[in-house]
Amino acid sequence: MKPTEAPKLIVQDLDLYYGDFQALKRIQMSIVSRQITALIGPSGCGKSTLLRCFNRMNDLIESVQMRGRILLDGQDIADPSLPLVTLRKRVGMVFQRPNPFPLSAFENIAFGLHLHALAAGRRIHAIVEQSLQAVGLWDRLKDRLHQPALRLSLEEQQRLCIARAMAIKPEVILLDEPCSTLDPIATGKIEELLYALKEHYTIVIVTHNMQQAARVSDTAGFLLLGELVEFGPTNRLFTNPRDPKTEAYITGRFG
Amino acid sequence: MERRFDEELKHLKERLVGMAGMAEQSIGRAIKALVDRQAALAQAVIQDDVAINQLEVEIEDTCLGLLARYQPEAKDLRFIAMIFKIVNDLERVGDQAVNVSERTLDLLKEPLLKPLIDIPKMAVLAQQMLKDALDAFVNQDAELARAICRRDDEVDHLNDQVYHELLVYMTQDPKTITRAVDLILIGRHLERIADHATNIAEDVYYLVRGHTIKHRLAGE
Repeated sequence: MKPTEAPKLIVQDLDLYYGDFQALKRIQMSIVSRQITALIGPSGCGKSTLLRCFNRMNDLIESVQMRGRILLDGQDIADPSLPLVTLRKRVGMVFQRPNPFPLSAFENIAFGLHLHALAAGRRIHAIVEQSLQAVGLWDRLKDRLHQPALRLSLEEQQRLCIARAMAIKPEVILLDEPCSTLDPIATGKIEELLYALKEHYTIVIVTHNMQQAARVSDTAGFLLLGELVEFGPTNRLFTNPRDPKTEAYITGRFG
Repeated sequence: MERRFDEELKHLKERLVGMAGMAEQSIGRAIKALVDRQAALAQAVIQDDVAINQLEVEIEDTCLGLLARYQPEAKDLRFIAMIFKIVNDLERVGDQAVNVSERTLDLLKEPLLKPLIDIPKMAVLAQQMLKDALDAFVNQDAELARAICRRDDEVDHLNDQVYHELLVYMTQDPKTITRAVDLILIGRHLERIADHATNIAEDVYYLVRGHTIKHRLAGE
């Protein structure tokens, strides 16, 4: 843990409504740079909704109304001077199901680089290689970079999606249940990857799998019915939770 | 595959070995203080025990965190469970060194009762047992661990010898009683240290082989 680092993301009094339904209630939290922060809680508790706030994915849903602020390095992410494209470049996302584009592995990674006009020509090759190296796919894929990504195994596809998110050099990577379609071995490999990546990135992961949160995260938050019940160092949360509701949830005595 | 968990286990192991080194050193210093009649050194042993106690708490905390976060199985589980126990034995070894030092401070108020022969011998044996128990732990050496358990008898034997010898002093001259009792207690503290080393060796055996040799259950 590096307590001296300034928080990368700060959530202030965040309320979120889907129509009349309040999905997030007065959320307050600080997400530390270069740490893995995990959000846990039962289905419907609001953890994915909260994750999607960090790069304004909820803007796509018409009925959503938000109050409160989210600051990225101190700047309000809703500030018009921070264009959405820039925000999403800085705050990347990896989804539950690997969703590579129906293109080759190479083009999957090059896509974002073209989109954000980040690189051209030979530079693209270098970034593709770097990104695949970082997720441990380079040796496996270097001879078949131009084959369809959809032919890869699910774990490889998920690694590719992480590489794709990393290629545009985000600062924060959001992961929404990144291992839920993977077997335990592949899950273990992705977790090791996340651990390696946190040296350079701030990672926020939503997971149904409490053990996964316990294994990979430095800080963990427990959400229940839209409230952040508890937020603190993972070690403490899993050995000595402060709130009886957290305790009930992590010990499986919930409900 | 090297897991992140392995890294944390390795770190835990290093801290345990560090703590064991401190406990071992405490015994050596406590006996040196007794033999060389150095009150300041005995005081230092008592003061420095705080650091051993602190490590006990920290390592236990780390073990709990690892259990909660990784839910280890099989040998990983035995490893953490045994560290939990070993840490407790090491903390008690530190306490026994403190006890020896307290008796030493008493003894230093009076002239030497008799030349010390068996007690330093016991200390060397107990210290070596502890050192070997930790080597067995580090190298996962079940046979070395088993051999340590047998050496406990030697220490027990010396302790009996010390006891009977001092009993003679006391019956012959009541003025020797306080000093003789202090020395008998020191013998007992050292004998206890050897017991803790034996416990650790038994735990190491269990860790490596997955079955116990405690309480003569080896054959089962």
